[in-house]
Amino acid sequence: MRQFITAPAPHLPAHNSVQRVMALVLLALVPGITAHVWFFGPGVLLQIALASAFALLLEAVMLRLRERPLRPFLSDLSAPLTAVLFALSVPPLAPWWLAAVGMIAAIVFAKHLYGGLGFNLFNPAMVGVAVVLIGFPLEMTRWLAPAGLGIATPGLADSVLTVFNGSLPATWQWDALAQPTPLDSIRRLANAGRTLSEIRGNPMFGDFGGHGWEWIANFYALGGLFLLYKRIIPWQVPVAMLGTVIVLTVPFWMSDPDVHPFPLQHIFSGAMVLGAFFIATDPVSGCTTPRGRWLFGIGCGLLTLVLRRWSSFPDGLAFAVLLMNCVAPWLDMHSRPRIYGEARHG
Amino acid sequence: MRLHHFHGGLSLPQHKADSAEQPIAHCPLPAELNVPLLQHSGLSAQPAVAIGEQVLAGQLLGTADSGRSAHVHSPASGTVLAIADGPLAYPTGLSAPHVRIAVDSPQRAVTPLPVLDWPHADAAQLIARAHACGIVGMGGAGFPSAQKLLVARDTVILNGAECEPYIACDDRLMRDYANEVVMGGRVMRRATGAGRVLLALETAMPEALAACAQAIAECGDGEIELIAVPTIYPAGGERQLIRVLTGNEVPRGGLPRDIGVVVHNVATARALWRAVAHGEACTRRIVSVTGPGVQRAGNWDVAVGTPISHLIAQAGGYTQAAARLIIGGPMMGVAVANDDYPISKISNCILVLADGQLRDPTRELPCIRCGDCARVCPAYLLPQLLLGEVRGEQWPRAQQQGIFDCIECGCCDLVCPSQIPLTQHFRYGKSELRVREREAERADAARLRHQQRQQRLTEQQREREQRHTTQQDALTSNAAVDAAIARAKARREARGTDLP
Repeated sequence: MRQFITAPAPHLPAHNSVQRVMALVLLALVPGITAHVWFFGPGVLLQIALASAFALLLEAVMLRLRERPLRPFLSDLSAPLTAVLFALSVPPLAPWWLAAVGMIAAIVFAKHLYGGLGFNLFNPAMVGVAVVLIGFPLEMTRWLAPAGLGIATPGLADSVLTVFNGSLPATWQWDALAQPTPLDSIRRLANAGRTLSEIRGNPMFGDFGGHGWEWIANFYALGGLFLLYKRIIPWQVPVAMLGTVIVLTVPFWMSDPDVHPFPLQHIFSGAMVLGAFFIATDPVSGCTTPRGRWLFGIGCGLLTLVLRRWSSFPDGLAFAVLLMNCVAPWLDMHSRPRIYGEARHG
Repeated sequence: MRLHHFHGGLSLPQHKADSAEQPIAHCPLPAELNVPLLQHSGLSAQPAVAIGEQVLAGQLLGTADSGRSAHVHSPASGTVLAIADGPLAYPTGLSAPHVRIAVDSPQRAVTPLPVLDWPHADAAQLIARAHACGIVGMGGAGFPSAQKLLVARDTVILNGAECEPYIACDDRLMRDYANEVVMGGRVMRRATGAGRVLLALETAMPEALAACAQAIAECGDGEIELIAVPTIYPAGGERQLIRVLTGNEVPRGGLPRDIGVVVHNVATARALWRAVAHGEACTRRIVSVTGPGVQRAGNWDVAVGTPISHLIAQAGGYTQAAARLIIGGPMMGVAVANDDYPISKISNCILVLADGQLRDPTRELPCIRCGDCARVCPAYLLPQLLLGEVRGEQWPRAQQQGIFDCIECGCCDLVCPSQIPLTQHFRYGKSELRVREREAERADAARLRHQQRQQRLTEQQREREQRHTTQQDALTSNAAVDAAIARAKARREARGTDLP
C-alpha cells in the first residue's frame, strides 16, 4: 500500500496571481507615462521613483510592525502601483516631501491601518492625492507648461535640484515655467465672464482638451484598452464613467456651446481617462458586483463633473472616487445578481 | 436544435487523449475484493451474507431496505472473509460497511435474471429491474436510478459530456458500446414516458460522436437525438447541461423533475440496458486510469471492490513523479491517502497527478475583490462576497448569497489571483450549516418537549388545586357543618338527656 498526501479539490493550481494583475496594470501605464514624460519632462520619472521608494519603504515598515511576512506582500506590486498613480497626479517638479506625505497617507493610513492589501476601504493613491491637494494647494498647482508651446522644460539635473531643494535653480522662474492646467484656466476665465471660444483661443488648448494633456489621455486609453482586452479591469467601470460624462454634458453643450464645454473636452482634460481606466477600476475599493460596477462608474463620472463645476478644486476626480468608495459596500450589498434557478426579473 | 449558454465556466486543457485513445482493457480479478455497501447517495445497503459464506458472482451482498438505497451484488464468486466498516472516498470522510471476499477459481455465477421484453414491459417492471440490478448513477453522484425513473418526465437527457480534464471513460464507452447506450436511453424513455431523449456529447469527442450517430441510425428507431455541446467545463454538470439543452433552469432549491427533465449518465444507460437485456447486475464499470503519475494511461473494465493498487499495477505502476492519488477528476475528485481504496460504481477515474501540477497553499493572499470568480461561476454566485460571509460565520447571509447553490465545480479557485481555496471554504460552510440545522432541529424538538412537559405539569397542578379546593369547599361549606350538627343533635336526642 502506498501513501499519498491529500488536499481538497480542485487540485489544479490557479493560473493567475495578484503580482501578475498588478504587473499588467503597471505595463499598461507605460504608454501614458511615456507621453507624460514627453510633454512634462524627466520630473515625472523622478516623482514616480520617489513615490515608489517611499511606498516600498513604508510597506516594509508597516508589514514588520503588523508582523506580516515581507516577501509575498512586497512582491505583489500593489504598493508601486499606488505610488505610480499618485506620482502621475502631482506636478512633475513638486518637492520630494510631497511624495513622502502622500505615501504616508496612502500606504500607512489608507492601506495598512485598514488591514493591508485587500482590506482598504478607500483607494490608497487617491487618499494620498486628496491629502496633498488639501494640505499643499500651492505645490499642487505648479504644473509645467507642456512641451510644444515654446516654453522650455527643465532637464534632469535641474529637475533633481528643484525636487530636492524645494526651489527652482536661479536660471528658472516659476512664473515663466508653471502654467495653470487647462481645467483651471477654463474655470477662472469662465467665472470672469469669458466665453469658451475666447478661452479656447489660447494655445494651451488642443483639439479637445488641453494641448499635450489630450495626447497623454490617448495613451492612457490605449493602456486601458489593453487591460480590457486582458480582462484585468472590469469593463463596466470605464464605460459607465465616460458614458455618464458624455450623456450628462451633451445637452448642456448643445443648449449653449459658449458657456458649457464640449463633452470630449471634459473627457480629455484632467485625470478623467486615467481615472476611468486605472483609478476607478481599483477592485479592492470599488464595487465587485456587475451592476454595482455600473453604478460605481456612473457615480464617479457624475461626481467628477459636479466637483469640476461647483467645488473649489479644478479636478475633483480624487474626491469623486473617494466618495464612491464610501458607498461601494452598500451598492454591492444591494446588487447581487440572480442565482441560477431564480426567477428572472425583466 | 438551438443550444443555449450557461454562465461562466472555463476552457481547460483536456489531457484526455492519453487514455481515450486506448481501447477498453479487461482488468483481471484481484485475489481479494473489498466491496463497499454504500456505492450510491443515500443509505448503505444492509449486509445479506455472513462471514465465511460462499458467494457466487452476481449474488446479492447487500440489500436496499428503502428507496434511498441500492442493492449491491458480488462481482465474483468466493468466500466472505469479513464485513467491516471502512472509509469511503468522500470529501466529508464518510465510512460504510465493506464486504471482503477471497476470490476463487474457477468463477461460478448465479443464473442471470430473465431477459425482459422491454418494448412490451410496463414502466413498473423496468423500474423494478433497475432496482433489482442495483443500478445507480455512474457519472459520480450515484443516485439510485430506480428512484429517478419513478417520476414521469418530458425529457430524458443522456449525459455524455464528460467535462472534467483527464477523464475519458464515458468517451471510450460511447466509442465501444454506443449501441448499448442508445438502447438504454430507449428503455429510460419507456420507463419515464418521456417525449424525447437527448444524447449530449461534447464537441471535443469526434470519434464518440460518430459512433453514437451510427448507433442511433442502426437502433435508435427515431427516439434519440444526438447533440454536441460546446466543450466548456462544467458543461456536464446536471444543471448546466439542462440549461444548454433546454434553455430552462432548475428552480433554486428544486430538482430537475420540477421542470420535467431527468439526466442520466451514459454509463448508467448502458448498465440499465445490460440489466434489461441480459439480466446482469451492476458489478463492473469502465474506469480511466490516467495522469502523469501512471506508466500507461488507459481505460479498464473493472470489477467493483478492486483495490486501486491492483488497477495501478495493471497500468504499469506509478511513475517517479506520482504525487497525488485522486478518485475522480482534477477539479472535483477526492484525493485519497492510500491506494487501498476500492473501485465503486461511481469511480469514473483514477488520476495520479505529478508534483509540479499541484496548487501551492502557501501562495494564498487576501482577496482583492477582482470578481474573476463571479465571472466564471456557473451558479451566478459572488464567491468573493460569499467567502467573507463564511469566514465571518455570517450563516444566514451565506445562505442568502446562495452557498447551497454552489456546485463545487472549482472554477473560482482556478481563476483567483489571490489563490484562495474558495471551494473548500464553501464546502466547509455547507457542512457547518447542515450541522447547525440539525442542532437547531434537535434544540427545537427539545424546546417543544420542554414546553409540553411544562404544560402537562401546570395542567396537573391545576387539577390538583381544583381537587383540593373542591374538598375544602365541601368541608367548609355550611351544608356539611349543618349536616354534622344535625347528626350530633340526632345522636344526643337518641341517647336522651342524661348526658352532662
